[in-house]
Amino acid sequence: MDLTPLFLPKSVVVIGVSSSNDRHPANVIFSKNLLRYPVRTYAVNPKGGVLHGEKVFPSISAVPEQVDLAVVVVRAEYVASVLQECIDAGVKSAIVISGGFSESGHDDLQAGLVDIAALHDFPFIGPNCLGLYSPGSVDTFFLPTERMVQPSQGDVAIVSQSGGILVDLLVKFADEGVGISSGISIGNKALIRERHLLEFLASDSRTRVIVFYIEGFAQNEGRDFVYIARDCGKPVIVIKAGKTSEGGRAVSSHTASLAGDYQVFTSVLKQHDIIEACNEHELVSYCEALSCYPDTRIDGRIGIITGSGGHGAMAVDACISNGLSVPGFSESVRQQLQEGFSKSIRSIAAVGNPVDLTGSALERDFVTAVETLNTISEVDCILLLLLPYLPGISSDLGASISQVCRRSGKPLVAYVPHVEKYRMLIEGFELNQVPVASSIESAVNMTRVLKRCRPC
Amino acid sequence: MLKNEIQSILDSSREAGWVLEPDAKSLLQVAGLPVPRYGWAKDMEAVGTIASEIGYPVAAKVVSPAVVHKTEVQGVALEINSKEELQDFYRKMSLLPEFAGILIEEMLEGEELIVGATIDHQFGPIVLLGIGGTAVEIYKDVALRMAPLAPEDVSSMLQELKGGKLLSGYRGKEPINFSALTDTLLSFSDLLMRITPFIESIDLNPLLCNAQGCVVADARIMLVNQEENN
Repeated sequence: MDLTPLFLPKSVVVIGVSSSNDRHPANVIFSKNLLRYPVRTYAVNPKGGVLHGEKVFPSISAVPEQVDLAVVVVRAEYVASVLQECIDAGVKSAIVISGGFSESGHDDLQAGLVDIAALHDFPFIGPNCLGLYSPGSVDTFFLPTERMVQPSQGDVAIVSQSGGILVDLLVKFADEGVGISSGISIGNKALIRERHLLEFLASDSRTRVIVFYIEGFAQNEGRDFVYIARDCGKPVIVIKAGKTSEGGRAVSSHTASLAGDYQVFTSVLKQHDIIEACNEHELVSYCEALSCYPDTRIDGRIGIITGSGGHGAMAVDACISNGLSVPGFSESVRQQLQEGFSKSIRSIAAVGNPVDLTGSALERDFVTAVETLNTISEVDCILLLLLPYLPGISSDLGASISQVCRRSGKPLVAYVPHVEKYRMLIEGFELNQVPVASSIESAVNMTRVLKRCRPC
Repeated sequence: MLKNEIQSILDSSREAGWVLEPDAKSLLQVAGLPVPRYGWAKDMEAVGTIASEIGYPVAAKVVSPAVVHKTEVQGVALEINSKEELQDFYRKMSLLPEFAGILIEEMLEGEELIVGATIDHQFGPIVLLGIGGTAVEIYKDVALRMAPLAPEDVSSMLQELKGGKLLSGYRGKEPINFSALTDTLLSFSDLLMRITPFIESIDLNPLLCNAQGCVVADARIMLVNQEENN
C-alpha cells in the first residue's frame, strides 16, 4: 500500500457535502482545504449544485481528474458503495470520517469496507476518525480553522487512536513551539493500523520523531510494532492510556500475576528502545528535544550552567532523581573556566558543577562557560539555565550560544521562562535547533530523553 | 520442531490442565534446563530405593493432578534424613485426593530466583526474572522481556532487579554463576518459543542459584484451556 497520495495529496475530493447546512463536517473540510491549502479541492453530493461558488459534482466519477485523496463523510451504510465508486474512478486513497461502525457494534459494516479495500489494495484511514492534519499541505479535521490551535510545520508526526487527544496534543505542541509534520487520527483503524503508519513515517523525509498515543494493540500486534519501531532508525515515543486494570484476574501462577498488561507493555517498549512518555508534559519535552537531536545518545553526564545558585541546586536534584549524573570538574577545568570569565565575576563565580556565573555575569561569560564545557570529557550534555532578567545579558544570547553549539557535538538544552517579553531570546535558540524548556523540570526531561529509555 | 518427548508430556497433561511436577522436570531436562536429581515414587517400596540412590538429606513433594499449590496442603517436606521419615510423609500424602505418589529430590542451596513465562495478548510470549521464593508477589522485584531473549536482555534484566546486588556477592557471600544463569534463561526462552501455543504460564520458583550453577527446584507449567477445541 502506497500512503504517499494520502499524506501528500495534490487533489482532494470531499464526499458528502451538504447544500443546506454549512456547518456540516464535510463542508468545513471542503472550505478549509479549498481556501487554505495547496490542493485542488472538489465537493461531491448526489444533488449537485454550487457550494461557495464551486461546482458540486453529483458523483466521484464526474470529477474531472483522478483524485489523490477522498474524504468520505456520508452515513455509515453508504460508505462501502462510496469506496467502491472511488476505486472505480481511480481515486488513490481515502479517509473515512463517518462513524457508526465497530465502535457502535456494526462490525459487519466495517468488515465490508476492509474487504473492498483489501481486494483493490486501496489504502484508507478510519472509519470514525478525524483523519490527517499536515501543516501547509492538507487538513481533514472537521473543526473550523479558527477554533483550532495549530502548531507550526515541523518534524514530529503524531498518530493517535483518539481524535480528541490528538487535537489536545496539538494545542500543547503549539504552546511549546514544537512543530509537527503530520497529526493522524486513526479511529477504528480498520485497515491502516499503527504499524503501517510507522513504516510510512520511518521513510517520510519530513518526519524525524514519531509519536503514538496508544490505548491497546490487537492480539500479537504489539510484537510486530516493537520490532518495526526498534529498526526504523527514528526515535519513537509512545504515550499509553489504560495503564490500570480494574479488578483482579484469577491467576494460577506468580508470573501471570506479576506480568500485568501494563507491566509487560512498559518493559517491552524499553527492551526495544522505544521511549515511553508518562504524561503529556513529558511527551512535549521529549519531542522538542528529540526533534533537535534525533540521532544523539548521551550517557547522561550533565554540566549545568546557571546565573542563580538556587536554579543550579534545583537542577542538580532533578538530574539525580532522573538517573543523570552531575560530575565534578578537575582543577584544570576549574582554572580554565575562571580564567575565561570577565573580571567582574572571576572571584565570585562558582566553577564547580553547576557553574554559577551569578547575577553579575555578562553575556560573554555564558558563551565562555558553554565553550569550555563543550571541550571537556567530564560531561556529555549541557543544561543552561538562563535568567533573562539579569542586567548583563541581552536577547541576542540565544542566537550566539546556539552558534557555539552548532560548532560542537554536545547537545545543549536551555531553560528560559516562557513569557512574551523573552520571545526573541527563546527564538534565538529554537530557530537554531536548540531546545528551550519552560521549566527546570522539563529541561531535565529534555536531557533525560537523550539518554533514551526509561520506564514510567 | 518440538521434540517428541516434550510433545507427549504436553499431550498427556492436557486433561489435568497443568503438567505434574515430575513431568515438568523431565520436560525441562529435555529442553536443556538444569534440574535436581529426582525420582518419582509411585509406591511405598520405591521410596527407600530412590532416596538412597539420591542420598540423604532429600526433599519430597506430593504429586497429584488435584494439587497445584503444594504448600497449601503441607505437600512439601525438606531436609528428610531417613527412610522412615520419608515413608511417614508418603503415608500422609496418600490421603490427598488423586494422589499419584511423591517426588523425591536432592536438597540444594542457593539464592532463590524466579523465572517465569506468560503469553501476553499484545506481545505474545514474555519471560520474567525476579527475586524468588514465596514472597515474590509481595516484593514484586521482577523484570519482564518479550521472548526470544538475547544475551544482553538477560544482563539488563539483572541490572533492573533491586535485589540484583544480593546475587553478586553481597556481604561476603560468593557471587552466583551468572553465565549459568544466562544459559538457563536463554534455554528457557528457546523452550518457550517452541511451546507457546500450549501454555498459559510457567513458574520456575525457586530457581536456586549459587557459585556452581543454577537448578530448577520447583516448576509449574499451566496449559491453555483447550476445551473449546475438543
